[in-house]
Amino acid sequence: MSLRIRVLEKETIDQIIDEALGVLQDPGVRIHNGEALELLAQAEAQVDREARVAKIPEKLVRWAFDQAPSDFDLYTLTGEPACHYGGDAVQFDPGSAALTILDSESAQQRPPVTSDFVTFVKLVEMLPQLDAQSTAMVCSDVPEEIGDLYRLYLALNYMSKPIVTGAFGKDTWWIMKEMLEVAVGGSAKLTSKPVAIFDVCPSPPLLWSDLTCQNLIDCARTGIPSELVSMPLAGATAPVTLAGAVVQHTAESMSGVLISQLAQEGAPIVWGGSPAAFDMREGTTPMGDVGTWLIDCAYVEVGKALGMPTHTYLGMSDAKVVDAQCGLESAGGTIMAALAGVNMITGAGMLDFESCQSLEKLVIDAEIIGMTKRLIAGVEIREQPIALSLMRAMGHRGEYLGHPHTMQWFRKELYFPSQILDRGSLGSWKSKGGKTAFERARDEVRSLVGKYEPSGLDPEVRDELRRITGSAANKYGMEKLPALPHE
Amino acid sequence: MVTDPLEDIREALINGDQNGIVELTRNALQDGIEPMTIVNAALTVGMQSVGDRFSAGEFFLPELVAAGVTMQKAMSILEPELQARQEEVQRAGTVVIGTVKGDIHEIGKSLVATLLSCNGFKVYDVGVDVPTETFVAKAVETGADLLGLSALLTTTMTMQRQVIEALGKAGLRDRVKVMVGGAPVSGEWAKSIGADGYAEDAMAAVRLAKRLVQ
Repeated sequence: MSLRIRVLEKETIDQIIDEALGVLQDPGVRIHNGEALELLAQAEAQVDREARVAKIPEKLVRWAFDQAPSDFDLYTLTGEPACHYGGDAVQFDPGSAALTILDSESAQQRPPVTSDFVTFVKLVEMLPQLDAQSTAMVCSDVPEEIGDLYRLYLALNYMSKPIVTGAFGKDTWWIMKEMLEVAVGGSAKLTSKPVAIFDVCPSPPLLWSDLTCQNLIDCARTGIPSELVSMPLAGATAPVTLAGAVVQHTAESMSGVLISQLAQEGAPIVWGGSPAAFDMREGTTPMGDVGTWLIDCAYVEVGKALGMPTHTYLGMSDAKVVDAQCGLESAGGTIMAALAGVNMITGAGMLDFESCQSLEKLVIDAEIIGMTKRLIAGVEIREQPIALSLMRAMGHRGEYLGHPHTMQWFRKELYFPSQILDRGSLGSWKSKGGKTAFERARDEVRSLVGKYEPSGLDPEVRDELRRITGSAANKYGMEKLPALPHE
Repeated sequence: MVTDPLEDIREALINGDQNGIVELTRNALQDGIEPMTIVNAALTVGMQSVGDRFSAGEFFLPELVAAGVTMQKAMSILEPELQARQEEVQRAGTVVIGTVKGDIHEIGKSLVATLLSCNGFKVYDVGVDVPTETFVAKAVETGADLLGLSALLTTTMTMQRQVIEALGKAGLRDRVKVMVGGAPVSGEWAKSIGADGYAEDAMAAVRLAKRLVQ
C-alpha cells in the first residue's frame, strides 16, 4: 500500500478555495502586462487599466479549471515518455538557478562556470533517482543577459532526461524555444512531446510582473508546459498563518491558470510553488523550515482538489555547507513532499536557501530520494499467507539468508544504498580511510561523472545550438562562447 | 538450441537454483561428463563469478549464500562419483568453525563458513554455544588446518583464549592455525590471546584463511 499524508480537512480545502476566489474578486490581482489585462478584460473581468488591477469573477476561474488538463507527460530528448504530471506520480529534479557552487575541494562557495554546469548535467544523467534535469546554475563566464539560455544550451548538449527551466527575459524565452525546437526536430514535435517545462513566478502578494506574465502567455500559445511558482512568504509578504499563506498561494495560482487558459484553452500548466515561512529572527526565507513543509503540502492538496498536476520546491537546505543541518532539512522536506504526492519535487543539490548548488549534496540527496521513493511504496503483501507456511517449514532454524524465499523477494523489498551511506563495521570504515559522508560523496561524484557516456546528439544539431547561442552572446558583447569541456 | 551442459550448471549455480542444479548435474553425468570436469569447469568457475559480482556490489549476501547451498547440492551428487573414481577435489584447507561456549550468535559465523566453503575450503561448522573440548576433538577428528572461533559478546570472547590454550595442551597448536572474529573482537585482542589472525568481516575472513593455510 503506497503511503500518503493529508494535512488539510476537506472542509478546510473548500474554505481556502472559497476565500481565494473572494480575494480574486476583491482586491483582485495586479498585472504589469498589457496583453494579460486585455485577455482578462475581453473575458469580462473587471479591469482597471490605470491601476493595472483585474478583479476576477468566480465563474471565470471555474471555467479555466475546466479547460486546464489534469495531466500530461514530459519526454526525453529522443521522445520517450519520462515524467508524468498528474495524479500521485512523485518525481524529482535538482534545485534551479543557483548563483554559486560549493567547490568540491575547498568546500567554499564561488560563482559557477561552464565546466561546473556541464559536470552537473552529466551527474544528473547518471543518477537514476533524479527524473529530470534542471537549469541548475547560472554560469558566471557569459554575459548576464544570456544567463538563462546559456544554461539550456549547455544542458541540451549533455542531457537525455527532460528539463525544468525558465527564462529571465521576454526575448530570451523565444531563443530558448528555438533551441528546444532545434534539439527535438521542430515545433510540432516540441508541442506533441515536450522535453522542457518553464517555471513562471508571480510576485507576492497577488502581482504578475510583465516578464513572467509574458512567459506564461507565450508558453500557453506555443503549447510548451509551464509551472506556476507562487511563493508567499508567511508573515512578510503573506499572512503568517500557514492556512492564510495557502489562501494567497491559491489566489495567485488561480490567476495564473486563468491567464494561461485565456491565452490558449487546454494549455498544459502545473500548480507549483516555492513558499516559505519567514524567519522571524534573521529575516530570511528558510526552505528547510517545518512551516515551509506544511504550507507546501497544504497547497498541493488544494491543487489536487482542483484537479491540477502539482510541483513544489522542497528537499533543500539553508545550511552553508554539507553538514548535519543540511541532511536533516533535505531529508525532512523530501519525505514530506513525496508523502504529499507532489508530481515534481525540485530542490536536490541546493543549499543556502535557493542560491548554492553542490555536486556532493546532489548525490547525497539522490540517496535521500531513493530511500523516499521506497518509503512511499509502503509495505506490500507479496504472497498468501504472508509467512505462516514459510515459518512452519523453517521451524527454529535461522537460515533465511540463502533461502529461495529471500532470493525471490529481497531485491524488491529492500532498499540498497550506494557508498554514500556507510553501514560497514568500524574497522572496515577505518580501513577505507574513515571518510565522512561529504568525502564519500566527493568520491561518488568523480566515479559517476567518469562513467558518463556522451549523449547521441546529432553534430549538426550541436552546431546549430552553438550558432543560436553564439549569436545571442554576440549581441551582448561576447565574441566567442566558452569552449565546451572535452569529453 | 544446443546448450553447453557445463554452462547450464554454471548459470544454475550463479542463480542459486537449488533444484535445477541437481537435475543438470545428473544429466551431465549421464551424458558422460567427468565429475571432476563439472567441479572444475562449472562449479569452481561459477563460484568465482559469484564472488566477483559480490565484490563489485552487484550481488548481495543472499545470492552468495544461495550459491554456496546450491554448490553443496551439486557436490552431494558428485562426491560419490568422485569416490568411485578414487578422485578427490583439491581443497584449499580444512576448517572447523563455531561460536564459543555461552554465545548463541550464529549469522556471522555461518556466513564465514559459507564463504570459506565457496572458496574451496572443506568446512566443518560445529554450530553455536560450542564447548571448548568439542572444538579440540573436531580438529583432531578432521585433521583441520584451521580453527575459526566466533564470539559476539564481551563476556564470551574470553572463551576464545580458553580454546587456544586447550589446543596447546592437546599438542595441536603448531598444526592448527586459529582465527577469531565477532563484533567486540579486534586485531589487538587476537594478538593478546595468541590467535594467528583476526578478520573484520566475512570477505576478510576468506582472505585471512587463504593466507594462514599457505
